[in-house]
Amino acid sequence: MIALRRGFLRWVARHPSSPGALLLGPAGLWLVAFFLLPILILLVYSVMPRGAYGGVAPGFTIEHYRRFLDPLYLGILRRTVWLSFLCTIACLVLAYPTAYFIARSGRRRNLLLFLAVLPFWTSSLVRTYAMIFLLRDSGLINRLLIDAGLIQAPLRLLYTEGAVLAGLVYGALPFMILPIYASLEKLDPALLEAAEILGARPWARFTRIVWPLTLPGIVAGSLLVFVPSLGSFVVPDLLGGARQMMIGNLIQNQFGPARNWPFGSAAAFAVMALVMVAMLGVLRVGDPQGPAARDRA
Amino acid sequence: MPASIPDEPAVEFRGVTKRYGSTPAVRDLSFTVGRGEFFSLLGPSGCGKTTTLRLLAGFETADEGEIRLSGEVVNRRRPYERDLAMVFQNYALFPHLSVERNVAFGLEQRKRPSAEIRSRVHAALELVRLDPGTYAPRQPSELSGGQRQRVALARALVLEPRVLLLDEPLGALDLKLRKEMQVELKALNQQLGVTFIHVTHDQEEALAMSDRLAVMDQARVAQLGTPAEIYENPRTAFVADFIGEANFLEGRVTGDTTRPGDRAATGQERMEVVSTVGAFTIPVTAGISTGNGVRIAIRPEWLDLCSPEVAPPGENAIPATVQDLVYLGETIHVRVTLSDGQVMVIALRNEGQLTRPLAWGRGDRCLVVWRPEDCQVLEG
Repeated sequence: MIALRRGFLRWVARHPSSPGALLLGPAGLWLVAFFLLPILILLVYSVMPRGAYGGVAPGFTIEHYRRFLDPLYLGILRRTVWLSFLCTIACLVLAYPTAYFIARSGRRRNLLLFLAVLPFWTSSLVRTYAMIFLLRDSGLINRLLIDAGLIQAPLRLLYTEGAVLAGLVYGALPFMILPIYASLEKLDPALLEAAEILGARPWARFTRIVWPLTLPGIVAGSLLVFVPSLGSFVVPDLLGGARQMMIGNLIQNQFGPARNWPFGSAAAFAVMALVMVAMLGVLRVGDPQGPAARDRA
Repeated sequence: MPASIPDEPAVEFRGVTKRYGSTPAVRDLSFTVGRGEFFSLLGPSGCGKTTTLRLLAGFETADEGEIRLSGEVVNRRRPYERDLAMVFQNYALFPHLSVERNVAFGLEQRKRPSAEIRSRVHAALELVRLDPGTYAPRQPSELSGGQRQRVALARALVLEPRVLLLDEPLGALDLKLRKEMQVELKALNQQLGVTFIHVTHDQEEALAMSDRLAVMDQARVAQLGTPAEIYENPRTAFVADFIGEANFLEGRVTGDTTRPGDRAATGQERMEVVSTVGAFTIPVTAGISTGNGVRIAIRPEWLDLCSPEVAPPGENAIPATVQDLVYLGETIHVRVTLSDGQVMVIALRNEGQLTRPLAWGRGDRCLVVWRPEDCQVLEG
């Protein structure tokens, strides 16, 4: 740590023209201490044998990564990616019209934005439990349907993939609304008028102007929704039960009850590698002036 | 679109009113613009000129009245159904599309074959003097302000519209480039025969480019005419003041008889006006008779200065004191104070060694002189 700091200070001293770099110092140190180091520890753990009483034993092995290729775990991974993907699509479909509406609401937009993030004033745990009360057999939805005479026996809503998806979407929606709103708000209305007088009807204006120019917001929102969904474990645990396990539950389990830290580390790293590959691909597509955009044009 | 009748004016407003809430942005507006005309809407910000243009474009809908394009009422047509083109104030180029794709946008919306699009886009870029080979593949962010202006113009002209709308098109350019583009726009207007409707707050620009212009004030047309008509015969104090510079004098008509000798000198009828700064005569004007109060405007360049002893016969002369001189190169503005303290500006041509306007100095006693025909009697 001291060596790092000295190295950093020496670097700053050698670059007197960029005192701005000093501003990165505190956050940089924080990330090194609480992100980079733990990640490195995880990486080391993931290639060491499991210790007899938890923890690790000395040695080197790729056994944990091989174990992760077991169809059981790959199935969990597949479900995780699938649910996260569905969650992202659902958020996009719900958030885009909402953000569009807010961006065009004039003076009311601050109020509407506030309402959109209002659920975040309560803990996610409380919100998730609240959903249980809605979805369980004797919950509000089933009660209303039975009282209305639409069904005789309660529908199975809780502990399904649908319940997990609903919970994920609920929690992630504002993260999609905000970046899309920001990019819509930046959109110069004169561009739409220019397109309109050049002959573009509403749909053409949307596909040719609005969508490509808000793509950065869409990409940012999608990442903010997709990546945390991949790692979520509270929502699938409470709303999905044992049969709707996601990768987050697996990892939590390994570090918790199963006391298999090396395997948990390996699973975490496998997911992280996946996320990074996906992000690189998405960022390439999402830059409106980037190489991918040039290809499209 | 049905064939238009050739005699119909390109654009016609009939009693058009547009309100935002209860405040009218445009009130009972009526004017016509002929085919191929370069027509400017001129006025200070908030006068309604931009609203007028937006009504014509279809971005706003009129509360009352009719808007016609080539004789057809277009009030209910969407902007994309009006066969217009427009150059926006800050160009509104699509930042994610290349120059070529920007210019092609309108033709693509009209589903023209790609070979035709390509050749017309290149022709349009050449028309605005941008080399297609160099500029077609560029992004708008890689262009200078002047080049963006040209791309915006090409994007509009490539559609061969009947009417081209220009919303403060030169506002963002520096002075030299602005002068250059003024000449070019005017040349394009004459070359293509397209009707240009141009909105500006720059009176010099409007005078330089327009065939006719409408000076707008408080949601109405204050005066409509050719640049010379408006400059030389401003009807109201607002127009006189907004277009160019003007000096104002107020007084009361004492009699419509001529001073002895005047009629012999000019053969014209004049009326005498008495004001707090001295008496002067004005041309006989319809609606003005003995006892009326009048307000007149005189352009600074139509005034002259002479020494108190030598008042030229047949001209008006008012005593004044030189306050200061502003050297502008081509002209020299002399500010003088009249006997009641009001200030007048006299623009003297800098004629080199021929005359020496700089000979005037602060505190000099002088006479402000002008020909009675050069003062414009204002309404109201």
